[in-house]
Amino acid sequence: MNYLPNILFALSLILGIGYFAKNVKKLLRNIRLGHDVDVSDQKPQRWRNMMRIALGQSKMVNRPIAGFLHIIVYAGFIIINIEVLEIIIDGLFGTHRIMSGLGSFYGFLIGSFEVLALLVFVSVIIFWIRRNVIKLQRFWKPEMKGWPKNDGNFILYFEMVLMTLFLVMNATDVHFQEMNSGNIISQMIAPWIEGLSVGTLHTIERAAWWLHILGILVFLNYLYFSKHLHILLAFPNTYYGRVTPKGQFNNLEAVTNEVKMMMDPNVDPFAAPAEGAEATVPAKFGASDVMDLNWVQLLNAYTCTECGRCTSECPANQTGKKLSPRKIMMDTRDRLEEVGKNIDANKGEFKDDGKQLLGDYITNEELWACTTCNACVEACPVSIDPLSIIMEMRRYLVMEQSAAPMELNNMMTNIENNGAPWPYNQMDRLNWVNE
Amino acid sequence: MSQLIVKTMADFMAEGKQPEILFWVGSAGSYDDRAKKITRAFVKILNKAQVDFAVLGTEESCTGDVAKRAGNEFLFQMQAMMNIEVLNGYEVKRIVTACPHSYNTLKNEYPSLGGNYHVQHHTEYIEELLQNGRLKLESSSKLNGKRVTFHDPCYLGRANEVFEVPRNLLKTLGVDLKEMKRNRRTALCCGAGGAQMFKEPEKGDKDINVLRTEDALETQPEIIATGCPYCNTMMTDGVKSKEKENSIQVLDVAELIANSQDL
Repeated sequence: MNYLPNILFALSLILGIGYFAKNVKKLLRNIRLGHDVDVSDQKPQRWRNMMRIALGQSKMVNRPIAGFLHIIVYAGFIIINIEVLEIIIDGLFGTHRIMSGLGSFYGFLIGSFEVLALLVFVSVIIFWIRRNVIKLQRFWKPEMKGWPKNDGNFILYFEMVLMTLFLVMNATDVHFQEMNSGNIISQMIAPWIEGLSVGTLHTIERAAWWLHILGILVFLNYLYFSKHLHILLAFPNTYYGRVTPKGQFNNLEAVTNEVKMMMDPNVDPFAAPAEGAEATVPAKFGASDVMDLNWVQLLNAYTCTECGRCTSECPANQTGKKLSPRKIMMDTRDRLEEVGKNIDANKGEFKDDGKQLLGDYITNEELWACTTCNACVEACPVSIDPLSIIMEMRRYLVMEQSAAPMELNNMMTNIENNGAPWPYNQMDRLNWVNE
Repeated sequence: MSQLIVKTMADFMAEGKQPEILFWVGSAGSYDDRAKKITRAFVKILNKAQVDFAVLGTEESCTGDVAKRAGNEFLFQMQAMMNIEVLNGYEVKRIVTACPHSYNTLKNEYPSLGGNYHVQHHTEYIEELLQNGRLKLESSSKLNGKRVTFHDPCYLGRANEVFEVPRNLLKTLGVDLKEMKRNRRTALCCGAGGAQMFKEPEKGDKDINVLRTEDALETQPEIIATGCPYCNTMMTDGVKSKEKENSIQVLDVAELIANSQDL
């Protein structure tokens, strides 16, 4: 007996899954660089959100064409992967189509996989055309140059190749074709391979089988380096996503404490800290780098698949301003990756690299263009909240750097002096009654 | 001009009474010339329905919404805590406001700072008055069949998911309501939120309010209705930039109701 293929298969499986697991660990480590945030509330609502938005794709269909095609690819991805189970058993134990014993049910399964594979193939081609021929505007924004653009196309090529291999594998499987059950699509490929000897067919079948499973393993490992992580992270992300009204911005607790002290006449501002009290480091207000964000915001960044629905709905972006909510998410992820690599290179410690998210990635001009209208948050099909990151960075600009635009400083001075954003006397507040 | 009946919380306190609601006027509603008309229109409706309402008058101060959204959490919380002290001092339970920004902040951001009130947008309160039968709208030919489009304020719509109430009120008036292509959840911002009202926009190729006005003009309206003083200013400016101010009015839902009833 020759066990070489079995050993090779087991080895590829271990390597493929092992390397992916290693990167998942890194991913989790990076996400945990963020502040803690309490997301233990409203569990039933959170489960419902995940079921409806991620599993049910409810927000995808807000754009019917992309939504419909996406559901096909998504369903194909999940359902066709049942076949991977058989491939793994066959590979490990040297069996061939171990589940074919199920008879007509097996035919039904493989038949539906084949139909889905064809549908996925066609959908992916349409996706490619939308990106590269029709050139939908949101795929050609400035942040989509270089790697993000290639990444989008690579994923589509991967899927085309995997689906083709699956169908070729079935078409050249003489035994499977003889069963004549479930070969709905693959039998149509038969005329093209007519005349090939059984031996050649077998070789093609084996090659397609191997390339298919190796391709899946490579694709799995590609995820970590790609925007395609959303196929996994969409689930936790929709679970941890916002469950409060979109208009509700968090109240900074550190500020609450200071304001309460300021307003309490019994507090002695010059009092020395109580004996034994730990010297507290003053909180940093807002965010200038990824470590200042909370971990849900960092999870958001890894979940973003750069579809650009947020940016195409953003009023600032539509009127030619630099702000693009998608770029906010991409920048956050890029910087987080950079910080992660820095930690890896420095034995688990982050060494200051003289860079930060604010300024080196995201400019003040982008941040000040936001109207906080929540269009981006509403548009995101996987509950990402770019607005919360913009707000944290504005807080840093204003409270740590006093770097608000001049007109806003005037407005804030007015509020401090007269309790209104305009320079009017508070005593005139009721003048409208008699005008 | 008819005299408005407006009492302050201090007046009620002196009489040893509590009002039914506190009308939170807001800074725009108090000082901005255009917004003051909305304030007066809403008060006329309250007077007509004989609502025992109060305002804070000179004791009211900016909610801090605009400071918060500019990033100044300190100033926001200072304002919030001062206001909460006043509101709690008067034992205020219900607040109604004609400004979605005040509405959002009072409703969502004050509770964790110690201010818990039942907060309503003025359109929600007017709807309640109609449902209770306290306010009756006489059928009026003034607005019947007029082409009206409604612009959703972000902080009323997307932020708090109040989409239908203002539309229901408009329909009660018998207007021919035409929706813009982007409405409700996908409505485009007027451009004033997030403290943009108080600064020049960043460099771009168009102003947001002009883009939104173009949305509105596609419906060929006689009236653009909205429910926010900032939106009102932005849309009015947008209509002017298109030189349509003689054929298209920008009005608050409260103004439409007050006008239709000759209040």
